[in-house]
Amino acid sequence: MDYILAIPRSIGTAVLDVLQETGDMFLFLGRTLYWTFTPPLKVNRVVRQIGFMGARSTALIVLTGAFTGMILGLQIYYTLQKFGAEAYLGPAIALSVIRELGPVLSALMIIGRAGSALSAEIGIMRITEQVDALESMSLSPFRYLMVPNMLAALVSFPLLGAIFNVVAIYGGYLIGVKLLGLSAGTYFSGIKDFVGYKDIRDGMIKSLCFGVIMIWVSCYKGYNTGHGAEGVSRATTTSVVMASTLVLVWDYFLNSVMLNF
Amino acid sequence: MNKSPSPSGRGGCNLGDLLMIEVKNIHKSFDGQAVLKGVSLTVETGEIFAVIGGSGQGKSVLLKVIMRLLEADSGDILIDGKSIRGLRGQALYKMRDRAGYLFQGGALFDSMTIYENIAFPLREKTKLSKKEINARVEEELEKVGLSGMGHKYPEEVSGGMKKRAAFARVLVMRPEVVLFDEPTTGLDPILVDSVHRLILWGKKTYGFTAVIVSHEIPEIFGVADRIGMLSGGVMIETGTPDEIRNSRVPEVRRFVRGLSEEVSAGGIA
Ligand SMILES: Nc1ncnc2c1ncn2[C@@H]1O[C@H](COP(=O)(O)OP(=O)(O)O)[C@@H](O)[C@H]1O
Ligand SMILES: [Mg+2]
Repeated sequence: MDYILAIPRSIGTAVLDVLQETGDMFLFLGRTLYWTFTPPLKVNRVVRQIGFMGARSTALIVLTGAFTGMILGLQIYYTLQKFGAEAYLGPAIALSVIRELGPVLSALMIIGRAGSALSAEIGIMRITEQVDALESMSLSPFRYLMVPNMLAALVSFPLLGAIFNVVAIYGGYLIGVKLLGLSAGTYFSGIKDFVGYKDIRDGMIKSLCFGVIMIWVSCYKGYNTGHGAEGVSRATTTSVVMASTLVLVWDYFLNSVMLNF
Repeated sequence: MNKSPSPSGRGGCNLGDLLMIEVKNIHKSFDGQAVLKGVSLTVETGEIFAVIGGSGQGKSVLLKVIMRLLEADSGDILIDGKSIRGLRGQALYKMRDRAGYLFQGGALFDSMTIYENIAFPLREKTKLSKKEINARVEEELEKVGLSGMGHKYPEEVSGGMKKRAAFARVLVMRPEVVLFDEPTTGLDPILVDSVHRLILWGKKTYGFTAVIVSHEIPEIFGVADRIGMLSGGVMIETGTPDEIRNSRVPEVRRFVRGLSEEVSAGGIA
């Protein structure tokens, strides 16, 4: 009898665990948002986190943006050539970068660089009782840790995404114009004709959403870290995996909504 | 009644107030492992209450439950005769403003220097000027024997210094109630004595009420007004230092004797 029940029971427990954690995570997001709109704001902490998350990620974003643009230049040119439509290389690259690859790839890079560090930092503060120390002084860890990161992400993600877009479009230009011989005029005027306000807006919305996702997941994982160094390392790994996955899932969802409006 | 402490200038003592900690039948378990199984204790205003007991008996958990850093599964905690178990948000923060907590590991913010750590609660919670804060921090550093060490980061100093810096960070806010989690563990005998004297001095000067978790036997007998021994999730005995020293409870006798013999034989550093 125990045998037969073991499987449904373990499935049941797993489902309950997932539901519990999902609930906890939404509660955590709610508290972070609540404290975001509860003054006073720790402005110098926000600035410091923008430096950490934004400024120090710029080189990485420029590098990945350049290579993404160059790869797209080669790949899309190859495809367009089959239809004799090479002239559309510029808008093809610009649209895929602005609508999709810019927000997603820059988010994934920032998650790898800053999200992991953030989980580890908050996790270490948790296991060394620094989070409790804040609480014991009646200072909310949300105000001092989560909110500055949330605001820094809302500033950094769209900006880094925009930098990524610009660099990638120039990367495509290098390949399409300098290497494969398209005219520069065709490349850029195509972009101007086909990229609209809506594309840029959609890309920005994506960047903002991905920023919220990264801060939400990495702060939550750090805040609820397990015991010791092992707990922190597990929190760091799972936060990167979970944030990256959520970015892609949410991206699909946003696309299916955005393409209809 | 002194509800919100004004750390800026409160030097008076509260011996006349009602302030008192009353812990009633607290239960707390972690993932089915029962750590506290009905702990009760009372601490009177201005009193120093010491909690002794082997390691892993839940002494830190008890202090955290009193501070509401951990939620008890059942039981009640009263401050000034009022339950604090249901407090949320600002009401909880108001209660905590009256208290200070010295963490077992110090819990200094490692992104700040020792000076900044001690100045932090003053900067965040009071309207004192830069100069006044500086004076207060230097004064506290001096008291704990860390003058001139303020510019160092927590990782750059010894465990004992971290403890004393954390001590200063708690005292700088002039709390009415202080919960000390092993304030002297890891300090050499001379520093143990100086920290104990600092606690007695604080009690006399600020009139704070304290709960101290301590392994310093027999030194703690000279500091505490009353002592309780935590074992197996309950307070197995509570009494004055003399009563505990001459306890008839075998476990208490063994603990008190054992530790003081080991200490006199140089067993515990
Ligand atoms: N946050 C926690 N999660 C799970 N178990 C804990 C937690 N805090 C303490 N414990 C467990 O409670 C017991 C008592 O711990 P503690 O209060 O730190 O003992 P001590 O008396 O040495 O201070 C230990 O077995 C510890 O593993
Ligand atoms: Mg302990």
